[in-house]
Amino acid sequence: MATIKVGMADLKVCKAPDMVTTLGLGSCIGIAMYDPVLKIGGLAHIMLPDSTQMRNHSNIAKFADTGIEELVKQITRAGANKRRLVAKIAGGAKMFEVSGASAIGNVGLRNAQASKAKLKQLGIPLLAEDTGLNYGRTVELYPATGEFYIKAVGKKLKII
Amino acid sequence: MAKFSLEQVNDMYFDVLKELGNIGAGNATTAISNMLNLKVDMKVPKVQFLDFQELPTAISAEEETVAGIYLEVENDIGGSMMFLLKMESAHYLVNRLMGRPDDYMEPFNEMDLSALKEIGNIISGSYLSALSTITNLIITASVPYLAIDMAAAILSVPAIQFGQYGDKALLIATEFGDDITIEGFFILMPDIDSYDKILASLGVAL
Repeated sequence: MATIKVGMADLKVCKAPDMVTTLGLGSCIGIAMYDPVLKIGGLAHIMLPDSTQMRNHSNIAKFADTGIEELVKQITRAGANKRRLVAKIAGGAKMFEVSGASAIGNVGLRNAQASKAKLKQLGIPLLAEDTGLNYGRTVELYPATGEFYIKAVGKKLKII
Repeated sequence: MAKFSLEQVNDMYFDVLKELGNIGAGNATTAISNMLNLKVDMKVPKVQFLDFQELPTAISAEEETVAGIYLEVENDIGGSMMFLLKMESAHYLVNRLMGRPDDYMEPFNEMDLSALKEIGNIISGSYLSALSTITNLIITASVPYLAIDMAAAILSVPAIQFGQYGDKALLIATEFGDDITIEGFFILMPDIDSYDKILASLGVAL
């Protein structure tokens, strides 16, 4: 079993028994997507909600909208059936209890909302999520079972 | 519309930003040594200009626990700054402040956390006051916010800030201490219009 690592503003696809992981999600979102029949999965690590709000949007894996589109494209290219795809998401924490409604204070929340909106638009069911709160998360997607492992400092392993 | 972009940093701008970093970090180190009554030798800070994707691993492995203190920067320039400490260094500084032996490594209690916040506040404040003096701009900071968590998760905050404007980030690493070396990292995140103001105030034409 190989472990495939996804960096920040990055996405990767893998097939069972391999797994795909990203370490230390803060306000970013990890979007896991898989085809439960063919056991092909992928993980995107997005940082910002909306590419259309930015002057510089050359890196498509950086944004929820373009990142999710690209993830679907790459998973289906690897053989997955688009109609069978399902998703789970994690991350979107508010790392610092910044008061007021500063843009950076609620970027985690906006990332989660934008990710869910994009999945809905593409008709991909969101099976589970572990978002918000104030701590970092390491996530692992096992396409063999569809299990999405969530690890955090000082907390028990969570599987969704 | 801001003229400055981190994509276009040439050698001269980089030198200016680097020098600001040096002076700020120097001032901050003096503040720590005064606060804790330490004799402090400081190395020349390392200013790194990174792709933002490199930030999560710039100070340690992604999952290593670190302490991050975050402040919003207000007044003539806007944006935010962050000061990060490795846990060993954070414990050392808190022990010094609380009058405990250097090797005390119990998890932080509430008192310790507010001490750590205050350390971050003094360090960041002295960094910003140096910047304010050089640029002749009024620069103030919000109250400090503290997070102790995985390095990558804490660094996602500055990565996102920088990520809004481009694909580059500026990190200043500083080391100081006599018997024990303290490693601290500064990340200054002016909003994009503030770069113009900082550089213009120093007479660097864009």
